Amino acid sequence: MVNKKIVLAALLVIAAVFMCGCTSDGGTDTPTATTVAPTETTPVATPEFLKIATTTSLDNTGLLEDLKDRFEKDHDVTLQIIAAGTGKALEYGERGDVDVLMVHDRAREDLFMDNGYGINRRVFAYNYFMIVGPESDPAGIAGMTPEDAFVTIMEQAQTNPDVVMVSRGDSSGTHAKEKAIWASAGYDYDTEVVGSGEWYVEGGQGMGATLQMANEFQAYTVSDSGTYLAYKGDIDLVPVVDEGDVLLNIYGAMMINPEKYSYVNSEMAKEWINFLITPETQQVIAEFGVEEYGQPLFFPSLGNYEILGVSQEEAESPIP
Amino acid sequence: MYEIVEGFLTAIHLIVTFDPDVYEVAFRSIYITLSATLIASIISIPIALFLAFRTFPGKRTIINLVHTLYALPTVLIGLVVFLMLSRQGPFGFLGLLFSPTAMIIGQTILVIPIIIGLTYSALVAMDPVIKDTIISLGANYFQFMASILKEIRFVVYATVAMAFGRAISEVGAAIIIGGNIRGYTRVLTTSIALETSMGNIEFSMALGIILLFIALVVNFVMTSIRREAD
Repeated sequence: MVNKKIVLAALLVIAAVFMCGCTSDGGTDTPTATTVAPTETTPVATPEFLKIATTTSLDNTGLLEDLKDRFEKDHDVTLQIIAAGTGKALEYGERGDVDVLMVHDRAREDLFMDNGYGINRRVFAYNYFMIVGPESDPAGIAGMTPEDAFVTIMEQAQTNPDVVMVSRGDSSGTHAKEKAIWASAGYDYDTEVVGSGEWYVEGGQGMGATLQMANEFQAYTVSDSGTYLAYKGDIDLVPVVDEGDVLLNIYGAMMINPEKYSYVNSEMAKEWINFLITPETQQVIAEFGVEEYGQPLFFPSLGNYEILGVSQEEAESPIP
Repeated sequence: MYEIVEGFLTAIHLIVTFDPDVYEVAFRSIYITLSATLIASIISIPIALFLAFRTFPGKRTIINLVHTLYALPTVLIGLVVFLMLSRQGPFGFLGLLFSPTAMIIGQTILVIPIIIGLTYSALVAMDPVIKDTIISLGANYFQFMASILKEIRFVVYATVAMAFGRAISEVGAAIIIGGNIRGYTRVLTTSIALETSMGNIEFSMALGIILLFIALVVNFVMTSIRREAD
């Protein structure tokens, strides 16, 4: 009899869990009731959700969580943040699986816009990439330009097993920047860098995880300054090279073209992007992390469009 | 070592103080996995009965296939369900990608072969005398099936519990299909992966301990069912 009671209790727990599960998901678990006409033009996206695909750096630092809370306070919407890295985020955008992209790879963003997938890009923040590595700097690259540093790391690694480099290896914005530096240093990335030896490790993970991995290996890696600062307390890598024009890291937000995918939540997407470039939000971005890390993780784009090399409109004009 | 001890203590603290973040993720895991296990059971058990009591060409192949699918890689399920539910996929119009419903679909696919396979094995291993007795007592088709199920109910419970365990501990498909959205599709396993990558070891450990605890409860229920059976 005791056992029957146990089973009964288990079933009650199950039933209770089912009920809280249903309420906490706001009824979105009954898609069959809301989706009737399976045509391309039927707006099936639940209006109170806004799906944002983002680079891992914006998410791993906690900035996006902060902005999300502020935005949701004033808007009747739930932001669903999918932290994926720029490459994956662009793929989600091209497939029409999200409403907004927040990424950092100008070249691929431009292509995305030119192909008609993205519209209304606004630049909302920037910081810098840096090459971080062990304090002992086994390759001796401190003070070099990013390109010279890469060449030196590769040369030193041939003879010195302590010289290791961890790459994101995940077609993220940071990975794209790393490839750009290799190209600018005169290497063909796919044939001369990838698979060139044990010194080059492709981690295949987000920025935070890659920093952790580089720390375990006491290796060099390319990081955006924001994520590095956010992780600085847990790792003992230091910035070795942090100067050079090529290291500028610009974050852009754009909405998915509703002419391409009519079901996207373009009204709220517009609200969100405009929210990002308001002076108030720009102030929040400028101050984010200062208290905890002693310096800002991101710089606001407001007033800095010349540094970023973009038009004033792209940095400051709200989407009409 | 210090880190592990500290992580463990923090984990216990988070659990006993009913930290809302920890419990929210845990309840979502249970909700999604329970739904998937129930749906999979409803689909699989009739199929197992059909396979066990009907003969038709290709039956052997189907059973072999079911056994092979025990080892279906979860990331492959993730990829296939992603392609199906993505807006560019055949079921894209439903707008289900990155939702708990999509994760339930993925987990259902994951455990269907397990429930079919194990239930089928139990049915085949059953003493034929029982079948003959039920038929000789004049049972119609549904009465027959109901009686058979009653005979093997303990095996079915154990099978369902095992399927539950497989589904709740799965991470590959969950992260591809769900997108790991905080407060929406973030479950125990995807949360552990994320928190570990962010260096929040204590939080990861708290979630890991809860996952282990759920496994223990499932095991406990299974054991008490078995004890009742004996």
